[in-house]
Amino acid sequence: MTLARRLALFWLPAYAAFYVLFLYAPVLLLPLFSVNDSATPTLPLAGFTLRWYSQLAGNQEMINAAWNSLRVGVSAAVLSTLLGICGARALTRYRFAGQRPMGALIMAPLILPEIIVGVSLLLVLLSFGMSLSLVTVTLGHVLICVPYSMVVLMSGFEGFDRSLEEASADLGESAFGTFRRVTLPMVAPAILSSLLVSFTISLDEFIIAFFLSGPDPTLPIYIFGQLRFAARLPAVLALGTIMLVASFLLVTIAEILRRRAARRTHTSGGLFV
Amino acid sequence: MSDRPMIEIRDVTRSYGTFKALDNASLTIREGEFFSLLGPSGCGKTTLLRMIAGFDEPTEGSIRVDGQPMIGIPANRRPTNMVFQSYAIFPHLDVAQNVAYGLKRLRLGAPEEKRRVEEALAQVQLAGLGNRGAHELSGGQRQRVALARALVMRPKVLLLDEPLSALDKKLREQMQVELRHLQQQVGITFILVTHDQYEALAMSDRIAVMFGGKIAQVDTPKQVYQRPVDRQVADFLGGMNFVRAQIVEEQGEAIVVDTLGFGRVRTDKPARYHVNGGNATLGIRPERLRVLWDEEKAKHEVAGTVVDRHYFGEITHLVVDIPGMEKPLSVTETNNFGADDIPVGAPIRLAYDPDALVALSD
Repeated sequence: MTLARRLALFWLPAYAAFYVLFLYAPVLLLPLFSVNDSATPTLPLAGFTLRWYSQLAGNQEMINAAWNSLRVGVSAAVLSTLLGICGARALTRYRFAGQRPMGALIMAPLILPEIIVGVSLLLVLLSFGMSLSLVTVTLGHVLICVPYSMVVLMSGFEGFDRSLEEASADLGESAFGTFRRVTLPMVAPAILSSLLVSFTISLDEFIIAFFLSGPDPTLPIYIFGQLRFAARLPAVLALGTIMLVASFLLVTIAEILRRRAARRTHTSGGLFV
Repeated sequence: MSDRPMIEIRDVTRSYGTFKALDNASLTIREGEFFSLLGPSGCGKTTLLRMIAGFDEPTEGSIRVDGQPMIGIPANRRPTNMVFQSYAIFPHLDVAQNVAYGLKRLRLGAPEEKRRVEEALAQVQLAGLGNRGAHELSGGQRQRVALARALVMRPKVLLLDEPLSALDKKLREQMQVELRHLQQQVGITFILVTHDQYEALAMSDRIAVMFGGKIAQVDTPKQVYQRPVDRQVADFLGGMNFVRAQIVEEQGEAIVVDTLGFGRVRTDKPARYHVNGGNATLGIRPERLRVLWDEEKAKHEVAGTVVDRHYFGEITHLVVDIPGMEKPLSVTETNNFGADDIPVGAPIRLAYDPDALVALSD
């Protein structure tokens, strides 16, 4: 064994371990400080408390913001997935003029700076005479969620044999019946992934929500507002911990469901494959 | 089989820009017939099948199924059902649900639906496998499910798009026999698309041989094989020795020709006959030449030298150079008399029947 190889054998795992630690240690500090009996997040730890969590439960402002985020997230997820289904189906199933530029334009929000998108949307919506509200936030979120939905759904649509739809028509089923009885069950795993991904993106999106929200803040806007008050930091940490655990559970559940469906239908499609 | 026309294809053309996938094709397929569309890939056979099914529309011409015009009628309202090349088994449904897929819309009621599904599964020898998942099936079983799913609809015409191409050789040969039996049993018109000439010869009542979007010949397997209309058809259906000949005289529907190896021969005129400076091409299949042993005599024979030999188990393929002939003859001989032991370079005599020499259009 050469020296270089021996070094690599030892150092590569160590490097990987440090890398993961660096990536996740700050996130792990969040739940740690959220149960720390001190108003400032500093070491050494002062003692265990659930005070910050009980404070959250009585915080009507925070509960309103969470409720707003939930509504925006669900609406944005459903809308962007519906649009994604139409777009992904068109791009994978038909040949038409301008297909490639159209596909590229749908994907563009992925690489556009969000602050530019936010400002532009603000100008456009105001010039249309729309007042800022959760509706405008939802519209903005749909714009940035659609590319993710498209990526997930296109792989779902490409993953299955086109002759399945033809076989359904051949057996007497109408276009809508074919979609309901064949296409939908086949792309269900991808639809599930799309809903989840869009919801997660909307839930923690800040910049666009910052520009487009009216009097009702979403959760990230509320958290940002709270950070000005040092005394409320522990409660924010508790809230962050709850969001972290909820996201983790959501992703895990959806991924289990998706894998189970994918095994049954032998299709892929999903951001976490 | 009756003489009633089931499929009538009249002057059908399918163009993609300037390219014609199908070029002015006309064809009549009879009720209860096992009909094959045979040709190399890109000859238009699949295009024609898909137009009968309703997945594609002709640019020009008309298609009738059982007397009814089909232009503008979508696939889901045509009295045809298809077995796809990929089988297109619905992976999220089990075998029985796959077979019952099309019946659901007919609202037969659960007991009748169940009875029809079981009947169809029994027809394809899958009785009792209704609860199997789609991914638990072997290639042959998938093919049978696809078949049952189409047959259960009791179509007027069953369309089969290269249904055996994904199976291994042994299973393919077994399924050829089974498919033929099944067709005779149910009496439905079957239209098979294939590029495998043996498959078409073994299964069909009639074959349409297609090249480059055109139908070259429509006839029984025996006629298509033994009396091909031109060199292309002859070549596609198997080995063929081509022999140059000079036309001596015309006698009504026959011509008399002189050849270098086979002497003077009288044969039917080729399908597209036109006098072309007095030259003609004759063809003879390799198995229509027979090796003459020792002192054995034949009424018609040619003599030459073995220049090459290939062993194929049950047959031996000999290449025989005949003096005066521009190309050596291919001869296939079964191995029961020791054709596999004839040494290269040995003198050899071959018997033939002048009837086996067929005049071909170029």
